[in-house]
Amino acid sequence: MKHLYTWSAILVIAFGAVVGDVLLARAMKQVGDVGVLLRQRGPWIVVRRTAGNPNFLLGIVAMAGAFFSLLFALSWGPLSVVAPASASLTFIGNAFAAKIFLHEKVDRRRWIAAVLVAAGVALLAG
Amino acid sequence: MTFRKYLVLAGVTVFAPAGDSMLSYGMKQVGRVPLNHLQSVVSAVLNPWVAAGILLLLLFVIFNMTALSWADLTYVLPATSLGYVLVALIARFALHEHITPLRWFGIALIACGVGFVAGGPALTVPACPDATAEPVEEAVAVGASTGAES
Repeated sequence: MKHLYTWSAILVIAFGAVVGDVLLARAMKQVGDVGVLLRQRGPWIVVRRTAGNPNFLLGIVAMAGAFFSLLFALSWGPLSVVAPASASLTFIGNAFAAKIFLHEKVDRRRWIAAVLVAAGVALLAG
Repeated sequence: MTFRKYLVLAGVTVFAPAGDSMLSYGMKQVGRVPLNHLQSVVSAVLNPWVAAGILLLLLFVIFNMTALSWADLTYVLPATSLGYVLVALIARFALHEHITPLRWFGIALIACGVGFVAGGPALTVPACPDATAEPVEEAVAVGASTGAES
């Protein structure tokens, strides 16, 4: 039962992190290139556009959900399992989600990068 | 990719592990926070290491969102994962912790992954064409106010 709770929480962490990352990425694409905006229109417009973007606000909620799931997972399972498993699943999940929802061109180079980094993180933190 | 954009990616890479490390160090000084004394979390923020950690993590969020405004998610995440390697190298050479061969292999895999993604383009989707221009409602408001003045 303990393993079931731990792995359920790990899946929820990865899901929340992927949803949060995708929503934040979409929000920032809608806001526009922050460097250009800062030079042309000043910092206030960046703050106003970002804080008023619904994807940004939903992304923050998803990230908060992932954070509290992490706390729950850490109360059930060891850090050495929870941290690498959730980070690796998030890397792979983000590659799928970015391709499907953000329409990014995830070519072979990026798939290899995602898999290498996910495996590397799992080995490093494990 | 301009030098300024590489600096933003470097900021994302450095601020997250630095913030996490400072938070971890500070919370070890503060001690365990019991579930029935959650208000002691507030006093933990007064610890200089915890406060510095929170500040660095805020900088990480700002730099990360800036990077996501001009680069793909599947570019930013692997490109900034060198932070994991940075923490391992600090643990090895500054804190003199032992790193097993398996972890060195993990570091090599991350470095290869970063190399793979860094060689490609940062953005593969067309940028929102009017993202840096005046939004419609702002343009209407400006037009209306200009019309009212004239």
